[in-house]
Amino acid sequence: MENSLDKVVKDAEKELLQADSLADIEAIRVAYLGKKGVFTRQMKTLGSLPPEEKPKAGAAIHKAKEAFQSTLEQRKSALESEALNKRLAEETIDVTLPGRGQRIGGVHPVTRTMRRIEKIFASIGFEVATGPEIEDDFHNFEALNIPAHHPARAMHDTFYFDAHTLLRTHTSPVQIRAMENQAPPLKVIAPGRVYRCDSDLTHTPMFHQVEGFVVDKDISFGALKGLLSEFLIVFFEKDIKVRFRPSYFPFTEPSAEVDIECMMCEGKGCRVCSHSGWLEVLGCGMIHPKVFEHVNIDAEEFSGFAFGMGVERLTMLRYKINDLRLFFENDLKFLKQFN
Amino acid sequence: MLINEAWLKEFVNYSLTTEQLTDKLTMAGLEVDSVAPAAAEFKSVVVGEVLSAEQHPNADKLSICKVDIGDSDALNIVCGASNVRAGLRVAVATVGAVLPDNFKIKKSKLRGESSNGMLCSEQELGLADSADGILELPSDAPIGTCIREYMQLDDTIIEVDLTPNRADCLSIEGVAREVACFSDEKIQALKTSPIDESIKTQKTVQVDAPEDCPRYLGRVIEGLNASATTPLWMQEKLRRCGQRSLGPLVDVTNYVLLELGQPLHAFDLAKLQGDIVVRRASKGEKLVLLNEQEIDLDDGALVIADEAAPLALAGVMGGEPSSVGDKTTDVFLECAFFAPLSIAGKARKFGLHTDSSHRFERGVDPQLCYRALDRATELLLEIAGGNAGPVTDVSNEKSLPNNPSIKLRLLHVNSLLGIEFTAATVEGYLAKLDMQCVNGKNADEWMVTAPSYRFDIEIEADLVEEVARLYGYDKLPHVSLNIPSTIVSDVESRQPIDRVKDLLVDLGYQEAVTYSFTDEALLQKLTPNAEFYRLQNPISSDMSVMRTTLWAGLLMAVESNLKQKQESIRLFETGLKFTVKDGELRQEQMLSLAVTGDVWPEQWSEKTRKVDFYDVKHDIEAILNLNGKGATGRAAAFEFKTAAHEALHPGQTAELITANGKLVGTVGLLHPALEKSLDINKPVYLVELKQDLIIDKSLPIFEPITKYPWVRRDLALNVDKNLSVNSIISYISNLECIIKGVILFDVYEGEGVETGRKSIALGLILQDKSKTLVDQGIEMAIEKLLVSIKDLFDAQLRE
Repeated sequence: MENSLDKVVKDAEKELLQADSLADIEAIRVAYLGKKGVFTRQMKTLGSLPPEEKPKAGAAIHKAKEAFQSTLEQRKSALESEALNKRLAEETIDVTLPGRGQRIGGVHPVTRTMRRIEKIFASIGFEVATGPEIEDDFHNFEALNIPAHHPARAMHDTFYFDAHTLLRTHTSPVQIRAMENQAPPLKVIAPGRVYRCDSDLTHTPMFHQVEGFVVDKDISFGALKGLLSEFLIVFFEKDIKVRFRPSYFPFTEPSAEVDIECMMCEGKGCRVCSHSGWLEVLGCGMIHPKVFEHVNIDAEEFSGFAFGMGVERLTMLRYKINDLRLFFENDLKFLKQFN
Repeated sequence: MLINEAWLKEFVNYSLTTEQLTDKLTMAGLEVDSVAPAAAEFKSVVVGEVLSAEQHPNADKLSICKVDIGDSDALNIVCGASNVRAGLRVAVATVGAVLPDNFKIKKSKLRGESSNGMLCSEQELGLADSADGILELPSDAPIGTCIREYMQLDDTIIEVDLTPNRADCLSIEGVAREVACFSDEKIQALKTSPIDESIKTQKTVQVDAPEDCPRYLGRVIEGLNASATTPLWMQEKLRRCGQRSLGPLVDVTNYVLLELGQPLHAFDLAKLQGDIVVRRASKGEKLVLLNEQEIDLDDGALVIADEAAPLALAGVMGGEPSSVGDKTTDVFLECAFFAPLSIAGKARKFGLHTDSSHRFERGVDPQLCYRALDRATELLLEIAGGNAGPVTDVSNEKSLPNNPSIKLRLLHVNSLLGIEFTAATVEGYLAKLDMQCVNGKNADEWMVTAPSYRFDIEIEADLVEEVARLYGYDKLPHVSLNIPSTIVSDVESRQPIDRVKDLLVDLGYQEAVTYSFTDEALLQKLTPNAEFYRLQNPISSDMSVMRTTLWAGLLMAVESNLKQKQESIRLFETGLKFTVKDGELRQEQMLSLAVTGDVWPEQWSEKTRKVDFYDVKHDIEAILNLNGKGATGRAAAFEFKTAAHEALHPGQTAELITANGKLVGTVGLLHPALEKSLDINKPVYLVELKQDLIIDKSLPIFEPITKYPWVRRDLALNVDKNLSVNSIISYISNLECIIKGVILFDVYEGEGVETGRKSIALGLILQDKSKTLVDQGIEMAIEKLLVSIKDLFDAQLRE
């Protein structure tokens, strides 16, 4: 009896070792442990044994059964792990292949710069204002203290539709519109397209400006200097040298132009800065009393400053673009460089 | 404007290096554009005298000269210039000299004759672009002197870019005043001797337009030597200011203009008929100007006329018939003050821009005429002899500008600049500027009058700028901006357009910026019924009309990028379009897209395909859903309606309509005929939306989340081929029942579906907020739905 059980266990182990799939294992399990399996049959033989032999024989069968089960489990887990390893091997990919999907695009470099400027000024509470691009003579010139025949008009090569209607030559009319509609205190930034009838290597008939202005009590030229110097340092993320020098705009008095140290030659003088070591980046000044008069703001009570900057110029300096005309050709090879 | 240091130093003896000077000028508001030497580098060129000039035996055009350069022996030099002659003082490049462009002078033999040096022309010395012969020096030029020293060639030419308000600096004297101011030197007044009025001849001048010409001075000078030449020193000064020498009469007027800033004009006295009249031109009058341009004068133009005809366009340019020439011996010299507003725009109107108009438009010191006329007379007499007559002076004092007396308050100076000046400091600066300064009511208040040449000083702020300028803008303190902070309002129900742009970027779009004006023919094709807004003075004909659609620029960008072999193009642009409605101009902010080519970039193992209508529609829906509300999305509140558009494919065009019926914009495929005529030859999908109508946003309102599970039931429906699938979907979505959502997962036509019909497959999502759904409830809801859509849409359940 015990010998035959040993044989059963040995045969079973042999069969399990030969089994190479989980299905085979299951078949073997049924063959031995199922209702009609070998061990079940063995248990049935116990009934015919004398009572004193029953416990011993029963224990022997139980032991053999446990041995079988343990072998089966081992074999099953070996096969399972083999199958998993096989699957893992099959599922192995080349992780160095590029990812798939839609590529992302980008905003125009002009937008990139305008957003940067807006963000910097918004951080101290400037609000963004916009205005029409087809303007009237009053807002573009008259109210800015540039009457007809003023020599400054010659500096603005203006596109006209008729004697009174034109394409705005600067974003300053937004200043007038804002002051017409709102009472001080005002802290406004006005980005947008502007137009001048000029086209060559360094001029395009359309370009972008950001105008900014502040009106309140006791606003000084010193505050203008402080703000713009700080702005330029933040914009270029560099502790650049900034200088203010006297200039002339009909709508500001005193007026100034702001230069930064040339970033191409670090102030030593090069072709880009016409060997001066400086690059002009901003025009600014204290708002002219006649401008206040046009929008009914009392120049005795309030003062203010205004500034304007060329977006393309700042963009070119920051990203080292050497050709203005690229901005409006919309060549994807250019645009994608700013994504 | 060009100035030079040598001339400047005649007026103010500053001790600054060139670099310090240019820096100070720039920082005083006279921006220096460029700095250049007055003459190119050369050395060993000296003054010599031609002792004899003999014909070269072997060459017709050469002369053999003996030249004295102050050494014991005269030099033998072969010269090819036709003006070489005995007695002439010349510039001699000696052996060993190096001329500009590294041209070295060596001993040489020319056709058998030895030559030990070269007689130089202005061109060879780098003083002119071309020359007719050798440079002729005055007979008193000291022999042996270095030519650089003699002609003061170690000088610097400075180009100053003057702002329109600083017309007072449009002269050497004007710039010198500024230099004197910042270098703490005194300006040397120009020394002129009184004119000996040796003749009585006078021209009568009648000023009919006293407001336009408040002052007119004239003087007759007779007996000028017609063969006189302009002295070298004057020619050199003119050259350094960018002026060519044109004979003494013209040179003297130009010289005084450069020196003092006063434009003058010399008429040939013999060519004048009767009295001089300053008047407005009458209609129909014509004038041939000095540049031979004939202009039609109108009633507005101010002219100088004689009894017969207009002689000159006042303050702009003289006329040809009365101009001085080689034979002129008698002149009438004009020196006037014209009101800036009378001259402004006149030159431009005739396409002219002259040194004279440039100054009169900006303003000239009204007190300068007397001094300038005497200076010009003095110079003319000195150079060409002759006799001067008395000055005819027609001045209309009440039309002459007078600088106002301006109240200046110390408090205002300090608060506007953000500084603490003392009264004495401010007074000091005003004194430097020759401002007349009278104390007002308080010690900290003055009444200030600017000198007559500072006609730009009109208000208190102008004086504040002067004080700031003299103190130095760079030294003014930085003050922090002190404004009470208020929180900026933030409207959550409006989407910033930047968010929409970012979404498009994430969807693969590239932002374009195209010109707002474009080609009319292109706009005609894209918006044939639009009324255009045309520029009067476009830069070119293809940039002459304001865009009525952003598609114009985008299509040009698509076309040029396709030429660059770009396979997949997705562009967007935001900006104004300009339309006319009921005679009113409208400037509307738009968002436009142009899409063509592959839907995805080419990539491994994933086949790309061409982009189609629904890809683009997805992107529009994404924009709308940005402002969305939960799972259904806000796009559901908009309707895409089949539509027609001249520029788009008739079968692939939709209009986007808001819930309350407003037209948001159009999406569609560029019409194949246009695609061909625009030379694009690829299908391009176009979208244009009004920004205003896509940025409205609704605030999300929370709905309780149900814990009961949802179930899905799929239906295949047979419907008419032309049924708008969206109508059935939106009908189902809006039902008030346990059907909470609907997914369209297939649309099919063809085999198995009879002609004229199509099959649509819908997945219905059912859920009850208050209990778990049971089969019976589900069946009932679907049964009810089937009945209603059969009625409404003729939709039949496919078995």
